[in-house]
Amino acid sequence: MSSSNGFWSLAFHTLFVIFVMAPIVVVCFMAFTPEGYLSMPTNGVSLRWFEALLNNKEFVGSFRISLALGAASATVAALISIPAAMAIVRYDFPGRTAFLTLCMSPLMVPSIVLGVAFLRFFSQIGMSGTLVGLTISHVILIVPYVLRTIMNSLGSLDSALDHAAASLGSSAWRTFRRVTLPLTLPGILSGWVLAFITSFDEVTMTIFISGPGTTTLPVRLMLYIEDSIDPLVAAVSTVLIVMALVVMLILDRLFGLDRMLIGRSPSDPDR
Amino acid sequence: MKALLRRLDPVPVLLSLPAGLLLGLFLLIPLAATAILSLQAFSLYTGIQSVFNLDNYVEIFSDGYFGEIFLRTARTAALTTVLTILIGAPEAVILMRMKAPWRGIFLLVALGPLLISVVSRTLGWALLFGSTGIINDVLIGLGLIAAPLQFMYTETGVVIALAHVLLPFMIISVMTTLQRLNPLVESASYSLGASGFTTFRRVILPQVLPGIFAGSIIVFAMAASAFATPQIIGGRRLKVVATLVYDEYLFSLNWPLGAALALLLFVIVIIVAVGFNQLAERRFRRLYG
Repeated sequence: MSSSNGFWSLAFHTLFVIFVMAPIVVVCFMAFTPEGYLSMPTNGVSLRWFEALLNNKEFVGSFRISLALGAASATVAALISIPAAMAIVRYDFPGRTAFLTLCMSPLMVPSIVLGVAFLRFFSQIGMSGTLVGLTISHVILIVPYVLRTIMNSLGSLDSALDHAAASLGSSAWRTFRRVTLPLTLPGILSGWVLAFITSFDEVTMTIFISGPGTTTLPVRLMLYIEDSIDPLVAAVSTVLIVMALVVMLILDRLFGLDRMLIGRSPSDPDR
Repeated sequence: MKALLRRLDPVPVLLSLPAGLLLGLFLLIPLAATAILSLQAFSLYTGIQSVFNLDNYVEIFSDGYFGEIFLRTARTAALTTVLTILIGAPEAVILMRMKAPWRGIFLLVALGPLLISVVSRTLGWALLFGSTGIINDVLIGLGLIAAPLQFMYTETGVVIALAHVLLPFMIISVMTTLQRLNPLVESASYSLGASGFTTFRRVILPQVLPGIFAGSIIVFAMAASAFATPQIIGGRRLKVVATLVYDEYLFSLNWPLGAALALLLFVIVIIVAVGFNQLAERRFRRLYG
């Protein structure tokens, strides 16, 4: 699109930005209310609800569980996706398409279906409510994201580099470790971060399979909201929003958020 | 067979083994087990019975209570899809036209919410919607309405919040399509004397349509199976299939019926998505073929 935006386009765009930002901004504002109920902080700003949050053992415990779960499942997902991406991008083998479809299929199954499927399965094999069970289910959920990011990264690598290393006598493993892996690292890291935040935020599937000792932060928030909505949930949400902002900036620096979400970078001559 | 094995390179097989095993074991088996579970009977006293029949499905199809919830789910998903098209498609065009650094900044604004927990985003709408919420304050302040509008526990509220949650997928889909286009075509239309409206209708819209179709499939599928947003905005009073499944599993403890409901939802979503996809392909083949 070469033409520029006219008045009506910019007016529409302004309304769009308000629509997108309003609920997010409102949550953040209300978290700073000095009152005991949800309200805009018109009579001064207070950190009392963040203090209450820090003193709430349940939310703090859930925050830790979510951090651990996100880190563990993102790491496992990256470890199995790196070889899988190598196989899909670099080799042609029987069943390649079927394998790719299998790896991407968690995207097609609604989270609610995954939730009930894992609940039944884990309770049958005696793993319900365990952190191991949660990790496995989250790995499956995030493998598509990690795999796609790493495949993008591998695909944009010049394979002549590999051939050069090989022709200089480097073994396949050494070529991978010294050439391919370092060059794919930004992609792997981006995939890891995207997987981490996806796992950290997941609620629909997790609410079915998390146990009393393994309640993740979004699940705890969800269960709390079902009972009552007070400034404490606004404070928790603000923490989640700030985490998302941090992840967004990391991803944008590392990989380019547009490239990550829309595929290749928009062909913008100004960039 | 031996020749095949000799020709078969073991490296890619070994490389794909960990992911293949994990997904095969922990995705395909649980899904199959759920399908079997949906055929079993349940009684409050003895739990899940080992009889296998289609009774759960018969109950879902014959009881109007379930029919109403499936209809509501389809209606909210369809309306959400329409709303994301109306907001997302024009915005994608506007974003594509932007120059650096504005495009980068507003891409973050448009797509960034994807990284924020659905619960947080929906909570924001719950705060805006309340009868003393900001939306009602503004509308009454502007003199547009006399009494507060009810958004919580209504389909309108669920549709607005769901559209907000799923909007990034429509924008991504339309922008992906726009990127493949030649920007000069639009200029050509203007230079040949077409008006802005004609250019939009005859040049931009046909080019954007495949992206809108693809985005609609994604948004509809996700809206139809959404859980967190309808649970928070709709609550117990306004059930959709996903929140009904949750209730069957955690409160009624009727897992077989819950499994049947979840699988039925899954199958319907797949049928709609595949059907829509084929419709789109046929249409675009005619357009461009």
